[in-house]
Amino acid sequence: MDIHEYQAKELLAKQGIRLPRGALAYSPEQAAYRASEIGGTAWVVKAQIHSGARGKAGGIILCRSEKEVEDAADKLLGARLVTHQTGERGKLVSRLYIEETVQIDREIYLGFVLDRKEERIMIVASGSGGMEIEEIAENEPDSIVRQVVDPGVGMLPFQARELAFGLGLDGALIGKACQAIMGSYRVFRDHDAAMLEINPLVVSHDEIYALDCKMSFDENAVFRRPEIMELRDKSQEDPRETFASDRGLSYVGLEGNIGCIINGAGLAMATLDMIKIAGGEPANFLDIGGGASPERVAKSFRAVLQDRKVEVILVNIFAGINRCDWVAEGVVKALEEVGVGVPLVVRLSGTKVEEGRAILKERAPSVIVADTLKDAAEKAVAARKGAESTVAAQ
Amino acid sequence: MAILIDETTPVIVQGFTGRIGTFHAEEMLAYGTNVVGGVTPGKGGGTHMDLPVFNTVKGAVRETGAEASIIFVPPPFAADAIMEAADAGIKYCTCITDGIPAQDMMRVKRYMRRYRSDLKMRLTGPNCAGTISPGRAMLGIMPGQIYTQGRVGVVGRSGTLGYEAASQMQAHGIGISTSVGIGGDPINGSSFKDILMLFEEDPDTDAVVMIGEIGGPQEAEAAEWAREHMKKPLMAYVAGLSAPKGKKMGHAGAIVQAFGESAQEKVEIIREAGHTIIPNPSAFGETVEAVLSGRKAAA
Repeated sequence: MDIHEYQAKELLAKQGIRLPRGALAYSPEQAAYRASEIGGTAWVVKAQIHSGARGKAGGIILCRSEKEVEDAADKLLGARLVTHQTGERGKLVSRLYIEETVQIDREIYLGFVLDRKEERIMIVASGSGGMEIEEIAENEPDSIVRQVVDPGVGMLPFQARELAFGLGLDGALIGKACQAIMGSYRVFRDHDAAMLEINPLVVSHDEIYALDCKMSFDENAVFRRPEIMELRDKSQEDPRETFASDRGLSYVGLEGNIGCIINGAGLAMATLDMIKIAGGEPANFLDIGGGASPERVAKSFRAVLQDRKVEVILVNIFAGINRCDWVAEGVVKALEEVGVGVPLVVRLSGTKVEEGRAILKERAPSVIVADTLKDAAEKAVAARKGAESTVAAQ
Repeated sequence: MAILIDETTPVIVQGFTGRIGTFHAEEMLAYGTNVVGGVTPGKGGGTHMDLPVFNTVKGAVRETGAEASIIFVPPPFAADAIMEAADAGIKYCTCITDGIPAQDMMRVKRYMRRYRSDLKMRLTGPNCAGTISPGRAMLGIMPGQIYTQGRVGVVGRSGTLGYEAASQMQAHGIGISTSVGIGGDPINGSSFKDILMLFEEDPDTDAVVMIGEIGGPQEAEAAEWAREHMKKPLMAYVAGLSAPKGKKMGHAGAIVQAFGESAQEKVEIIREAGHTIIPNPSAFGETVEAVLSGRKAAA
């Protein structure tokens, strides 16, 4: 789960990390007023969207008067920003963060991640801030310093010092950098973050400021972090994904047109692969979970049909503990309740598969039944092409 | 001997008296697993399904001699249940629970390092379907009837994709020595490499199928290890060709974040390490059959 820059900065501020003065605005007038409150002669107007690389997408505008702030806010509010992380639809800007400008003497990259090889929290820092970490790793690999935290004792002050000295800092800046690093670590640990990135952390007149911050959280831990759940902004999510996740389904929107309903994450990924190999493009990933009860099957059809691009639906259920005849009943019930207006390919396997197929044949004769995973993918691709040629013929 | 469990292994169920624990305990008993009791704190001293219930894992181990445990405890308490099993002297534990916070799993891994290697519990999962040695014992939630007893080892992250592989192998008349689920979480008890090491040592396993997916370094690490140390043939499938970068595909760990974590890159690494690639998820049966018959012809 992602949060906005201004929300992440509030969490950092609580741990004593210095930030440029800033405030939130929802309208151009409010933005100008915020600038006058902050004072000074220059401000940055920053679009609050869940994505990095906002600067390149025109989402961060430097202004030298309150009028410029107002104009920048007018331009950004209501716009959709497209970055390499947002997909082609981009993300809607409905909040702005107005911030004082800070003289930048040095830019530092500071990141915290859950490292899967170490199986621990890793801190990655570089004296070449401002660029994305992938670019730093490619262009300045020697500038990167790392520390791994032992979860038995937590991050230790000497580790922060090693990072600070490793970044080439000296004098009073060492202590200030250590405070910023230890504070960020506490934010990460205490809120079950999955990623925290301060880029850049800047040196300005012998002080250290967090200029930008990105944070995301471990979804498995939000049950014990109600303060983080409150920061969720559904307007930044793919509406198809929000609809599904609100109904307890694991859904990821993709760009194709073959809707998918599958039980189990691995089998779902594999089915998507098979569709691609068969020459099609999946519209979504959807894992309906273990049970595959009629209610869950019906919910899944609704979630998949939210996406107007869907031209065919492929259902692939491996009934293990469950039984195919029950799953088939679920599909029939869902078809009656939901009204699926596109071709439907169903592949059942596992316990009582013959009985399941017989039910589909008798009570849902329009369903295209498939035997194997390969067969299902090929039939779904063919059904889509069939639908296409029907449209073309009209 | 298969790996990890057989029909003699005494098993306890943690989260025994709950709905899910009860259902799967019945299935495991019906399969022939030597379930000797279970643990539900506060319900110790009674019986459930004619088996003794204990308050603590230590109590269960003392009274029943349990060596293996399966965990159905809800996510907020599951990490604690794993550490309790490790401290009670359980030798092998599989954790089925999905949804354990990553920082809890970090603490589990750190805690388990306190034991000498010969006393250290082996953990598989969390977020997995468990382990089955077909025809002998089942410590998991899989449908037992889709597995045929035989001599191919299977290790994978996903439950249902593992079922798909097992049933394809059954349709081709190929049996399985043991099938191990290592789970879909970013931090897990045993890696692919850990399980490959066990299969390589197992006299009842002739070849191994590895079912990987996007995210993390474990498939590549296993492939590199197997290139140097494994004499038995290794076949691999990696799910998630169509997964966009940075999107979580159902499993908490199925997310491409770094170089080498996409399905295409993993397939390339495994192929370069000299192992057989299972080209698509409909080809488990035919690929394993071809590799096994090639081996027979060579011998």
